[in-house]
Amino acid sequence: MDYAGFDRERGIISAKIVVAGGFGVGKTTMVGAVSEITPLTTEALLTTAGSGIDDRSKVPEKETTTVAMDFGRITMAEDLILYLFGTPGQTRFWFMWDELVRGAVGAVVLVDTRRITDAFAPLDYFEKHNLPYLVALNCFDGAPTYEVDEVREALAIPASVPLLMTDARRREAVKQTLIEVVEHAMRALREEFGRGSPAPVG
Amino acid sequence: MEPPHSDPRGALVRPYAVTRGRTEPSRHIALEAVLTASVQAVTEARFAGHDKYRIAQICQSTPQSLAEIAAYTRLPLGVARVIVADMVGEGLLTLHSAAPAQRFEERMEMLERVLSGLRRL
Repeated sequence: MDYAGFDRERGIISAKIVVAGGFGVGKTTMVGAVSEITPLTTEALLTTAGSGIDDRSKVPEKETTTVAMDFGRITMAEDLILYLFGTPGQTRFWFMWDELVRGAVGAVVLVDTRRITDAFAPLDYFEKHNLPYLVALNCFDGAPTYEVDEVREALAIPASVPLLMTDARRREAVKQTLIEVVEHAMRALREEFGRGSPAPVG
Repeated sequence: MEPPHSDPRGALVRPYAVTRGRTEPSRHIALEAVLTASVQAVTEARFAGHDKYRIAQICQSTPQSLAEIAAYTRLPLGVARVIVADMVGEGLLTLHSAAPAQRFEERMEMLERVLSGLRRL
């Protein structure tokens, strides 16, 4: 089949939303809950010089580290695809984050209330890079339940940033979370262009 | 015979053998940029080498992003980007959504469309 179901001039548009958070918080689960494909993994290679920590000074070799990112896809129309990218597990791979956030609609910072400090790095990053983001508390079974306000205070989340509860395993909950991200991005865009009132729809 | 790790160029070189050592793509392609291949392009790609032929096949029936191409071919992202950029230059792939929207109206329209797409899920 030849793919021709799109406007030749405008082509196929893709959008992306970034899902960040600490290791094991449920980023890939969240992507998988709404993705039409089983989440895929793409790998980037990072070469670092031997740091000398493990007596590597005697072996002047380089080390290649693989940075893996899981992602999913939602085909919304013949000419519109939404991609959901999970950030690499270790936040030290900032070069990959730069690529991930470039042109992104917005981001979700997924928080495990048992390890809320894992959220500091992504929160800082999105704040600095001016990307619209929200904070979603992943409600694990048996996880200590905090009041939303407690978490906001503990993480010093600005009042302008939405904070909500979600369940990364449930499609409906994830869908609502993503809807909030886009609505937040729309508010941020109106603000950026100094348009206070909602733009007419249609 | 010397052990392979004595290669002074380091381990990064090997994955890029398929690009003949080139690590810089001929044009920038975003992770989420979408690519398609026409039937004719797939036929042409048959003679362009294994990787290019596979990529063209992947992009024929369904539009695929650079990230998907890398995942399906199991090529590292940087390697896939070099090959895909070459294929765009050679007319074997069509690159979509090359320039991100700048104007308020365009960006808002895109967000509106994503929003209604999510609501339909």
